[in-house]
Amino acid sequence: MILSFDIIILLFLVVAALIALNVRDLLSAAVIFGIFGFLICLLWAEMGAVDVAFTEATVGAGVSTVLFIATILNTRRKSSD
Amino acid sequence: MNAKIFASIAVAITGAVLLYGVSDFPTFGDPRSPASAGVEGGAPSASQYYINESYGDTKVPNLVTSVLADYRGYDTLFETVVVFAAGMAIFAILRVVGKEAKQPTGPRAGSSIDGDHQRIIVGTTCRLAVPVVQIFALYVVAHGHHSPGGGFQGGVMLGASFILIALAGNLDDALTRLSEKAYLSLAAIGIMIYAGFGVLPQLLGKNFLDYGVLEKILFTDGPEMARSHSMLGVEIGVALTVMSIMFAIFANLSTRGTLKGGL
Repeated sequence: MILSFDIIILLFLVVAALIALNVRDLLSAAVIFGIFGFLICLLWAEMGAVDVAFTEATVGAGVSTVLFIATILNTRRKSSD
Repeated sequence: MNAKIFASIAVAITGAVLLYGVSDFPTFGDPRSPASAGVEGGAPSASQYYINESYGDTKVPNLVTSVLADYRGYDTLFETVVVFAAGMAIFAILRVVGKEAKQPTGPRAGSSIDGDHQRIIVGTTCRLAVPVVQIFALYVVAHGHHSPGGGFQGGVMLGASFILIALAGNLDDALTRLSEKAYLSLAAIGIMIYAGFGVLPQLLGKNFLDYGVLEKILFTDGPEMARSHSMLGVEIGVALTVMSIMFAIFANLSTRGTLKGGL
């Protein structure tokens, strides 16, 4: 574990999570959630779990963002709260 | 607004309880924690057994794969079944067949990455990138018992490569390469490959998923190599199921179950 690297990533994680929760445009929220997934992927890679890291990169940052966007395009784009 | 306050309070309480639970955990990588060293005076821990014996038992250098696909093979079989069931549930809810399936709508209904000169950059990039992704995914599956990786990881990447084709052009581009019939059968075939590796040892008089006895069929020298080869077979089954289900979820979700048009 590299402490300074950990702290930076965890800080960005919290910021990304807060923005994704509070932004009104769901498309931006989905993209920011992709950034969140990619930051977690960096965290796994740094801890030495390479297989978990690239699964997170494909699922968390890639496919789940695509699925969110597909859902948003078939529903409404604005968040109601 | 009220709901938001209540939700925040609930989240705060749950978070506090979780943090309180974490405070009891041993530190990261502590060799004397019960999980790593076993209970003092009691039985030695499972982790210790895996670390010491798994290479001798299975001839698989990657400890994670040997635990996942052999020692805990039963778990992994039903994890794969869970993925399959989730995909089938989404299929059952979203898929529209018959008269309700309308003609494609939207601005991208007619565009394709094959021979459409208006999308030449996206189409060419995608056609160049997809083989690389797929070869790497096959490497991850095939090399899963020697390096980090395995069926779930490789299957996810294979599924993502088909989703990339569908995203760059039209869903039809992906469906000509992996049709609905193909992905639904591949999902079931993957489970059957895994379960087949479980039933074969039973036919030879051993327990379910006890790969060691397969040396008689696979003509390997010793039960260890039979375990290693069976793990590869099992990983291929997992990869097929995960790939098909990933693509099935995307295809049904992005077109409201009509499988026409695209995003």
